[in-house]
Amino acid sequence: MLETIWFILWGVLWAVYFMLDGFDLGLGSLMPALAKDEKERRIIYNAMGPFWDGNEVWLITAGGATFAAFPVAYAVMFNGLYSALLLLLFALILRGVSFEFRGKIDSPGWRSLWDACLVIGSFLPALLLGVAFANIFQGLPIDNEGVYHGTFFGLLNLYGIAGGVLFVVMFMLHGALWLAVKTEGVLQGRASRFASRLWAALLVTAVLFLVLSFLATRLFDNYLKMPLLWIIPAAAVAALILTRAFMLRGAYGKAWMSSAATILFITFFSVAGLYPDLLPSSLDPGYSVTAFNAASSQLTLKIMLGVALVMVPIVIAYQTWVYVFLRGKVTEKDLAYEEAY
Amino acid sequence: MDVLMLSRLQFAVATMFHFLFVPLTLGLSILTAIYETMYVRTSDPDYKRAAKFWGKLFLINFALGVVTGITLEFQFGTNWSRYSKYVGDIFGSLLAIEATLAFYMESTFIGVWLFTWDKVRPGMHAFFIWLVAIASNISALWILIANGWMQHPVGYVMRNGRAELDDFMAVVTNKFAALEFLHTVSGAYILAGFFVMGVSAYHLLRKNETGFFKKSFSVAASFALIFALLEAFTGDASGVEVAHTQPAKLAAMESHWETGSHVPMYLFAIPDPANEKNSVETLPVPDLLSLLAFHDPSAEVKGLKDFSAADRPPVTLIFLSFRIMVGLGTLLVFLAAFGWLKRKDIERYPGYLRLMMYAIALPYLAIETGWVVAEVGRQPWIVYGVMKTADAVSILATSQVAVSLAAFVALYSFLGAIDFYLLAKYARKGPIH
Repeated sequence: MLETIWFILWGVLWAVYFMLDGFDLGLGSLMPALAKDEKERRIIYNAMGPFWDGNEVWLITAGGATFAAFPVAYAVMFNGLYSALLLLLFALILRGVSFEFRGKIDSPGWRSLWDACLVIGSFLPALLLGVAFANIFQGLPIDNEGVYHGTFFGLLNLYGIAGGVLFVVMFMLHGALWLAVKTEGVLQGRASRFASRLWAALLVTAVLFLVLSFLATRLFDNYLKMPLLWIIPAAAVAALILTRAFMLRGAYGKAWMSSAATILFITFFSVAGLYPDLLPSSLDPGYSVTAFNAASSQLTLKIMLGVALVMVPIVIAYQTWVYVFLRGKVTEKDLAYEEAY
Repeated sequence: MDVLMLSRLQFAVATMFHFLFVPLTLGLSILTAIYETMYVRTSDPDYKRAAKFWGKLFLINFALGVVTGITLEFQFGTNWSRYSKYVGDIFGSLLAIEATLAFYMESTFIGVWLFTWDKVRPGMHAFFIWLVAIASNISALWILIANGWMQHPVGYVMRNGRAELDDFMAVVTNKFAALEFLHTVSGAYILAGFFVMGVSAYHLLRKNETGFFKKSFSVAASFALIFALLEAFTGDASGVEVAHTQPAKLAAMESHWETGSHVPMYLFAIPDPANEKNSVETLPVPDLLSLLAFHDPSAEVKGLKDFSAADRPPVTLIFLSFRIMVGLGTLLVFLAAFGWLKRKDIERYPGYLRLMMYAIALPYLAIETGWVVAEVGRQPWIVYGVMKTADAVSILATSQVAVSLAAFVALYSFLGAIDFYLLAKYARKGPIH
């Protein structure tokens, strides 16, 4: 029972991470396309500025919760996906410092260097997370000892790449919508036009990914066993359609929230299909790392559940407060603020 | 080199580099909060400028502390996966608690603080930086509870082929961890105090903003002196705790080979581990080691020869690191005390101020060597008495770890150089008018 609760929590933590960091990873990747001059680039930095760090903590927590609740899964996943995860880490490091470093020396070359780091450091994590999770969905070559028998380039198979593209497009749409929320005028118009194209791209990629999932994974087994679960993908589709409907009305805030819901439900869709596996084995289903054979002791699960039930709502409460409190548009006046990025 | 040695080196690089930034984060967040609180209390605009100026340096430093911290969490999985499996039940939960309790608060409110100077009342704004300061120190507490468990594991049972949690309160109230926390944060506060004193000294020597920097200096000198004195007490208590829980580490710290009572301490010694003795030892202070280790001049202190060679940590490195740490710690007390005594007219002591500019490096060195004593001194154990480091390493190809280690060194050197340059640049620039 506790294992199942923790499995759900594990899915929720990853979903919230994708939903929050998704927009700044997507916006960072899109920056060269969206910003035409230095002023617009600074607006983009400042639109993410107060939020990206708090968003990234959800990754630390999703990782930490995996470590605490399912240490075997943590060990197998991080050991097996060594090169991919360290690449992700290096990218996140470069992205993180680019915010702080960029404005500290007044030279165009210096700024371009950190702009490049922001773009690569945003695009690569989006892609790698998609590739990694798609490979998890279709099963990793792990034996009964949890030893990984694949290679880094083996992750770049058709389904893995489809997952990567899905994440990139999904995050870019989320990011473009965020910029439309945070800006006005020309930049908002450009963000909105990009969002329209990305929405169409997401529709195509998502359908493609679903078809491939049907062919390449066992994700649908749970849905056949428990038809009630179809509510989740239905909600994802509804959220995706709502995103477009709000975009057409120029209600970017609501469109962004619908896009957030899309990301949440797409993640829930895969996690529900995965259960009880955390890391299915492609060598033999019996070797899979599951919520039951990877779990911590009952005592640890209980204590950690207590911590999560108290702390996660508190975190959500103050992070929501921050988003509401700092909700205004980023304007030229904000760029003149002495602490601005 | 094999995967084990490469992984150990990689962990050492990642941790020691991370810990170049953490102490200043811990201490300077508090000092910035103090300056801003003084502004709220007195309305003296110099204190607002102080909060902004030191806050800016805090942020340049903070950025690297945050991004290099993620590396550490990742590495337990990537390079020490068998460790993660074996003790994740306890260790993993402590890391997760750290993230939910502290890391969110720190990372969320640093952005709020930065962007709301003109959006909220001064009292509210000061409250934000206090949240950051408190959160980063809570973060240190949980990380050190986790490290304390590796040093002196308590509250667990061996079950299902791994260490499982048995008594959570025992883990949280582990005395070893409590002492480690106090010793580490005091060290961090000293470092931050010396950082502020050193940067202030630079400007005082140039007669730049003398009033402003005297105020900064004065607060920092009091702060550094209080914690430099406290550091001696927590250091002494930690030594006693190590003597009781990790006798091999204590023996290595003093290069003490033969078990005996009434053990003296040699003020000068050169370890000769190959021949299991010291090639030189002079200037003995009678009974001092017994007294320091057990607070009893006649106490028996175990020598390294009581442990098989395979169970001994590397003696020379620990012995030297320990001496450097203690020597520097003592020197810092005197430097801080002088600054505090003369704080009213500190600009009249240019020799001291010049010294203090360079003294910024000293607490960094003391802290890093202190961690060498703590972590290398625990070897060959990763969890003392429970798991050997050699049994903890991941299953990886040597080339994978060699490449990642090279990448870490290259990336960290690049970022470290930039961060150092930016800190120096903005420290020299001084506060905005």
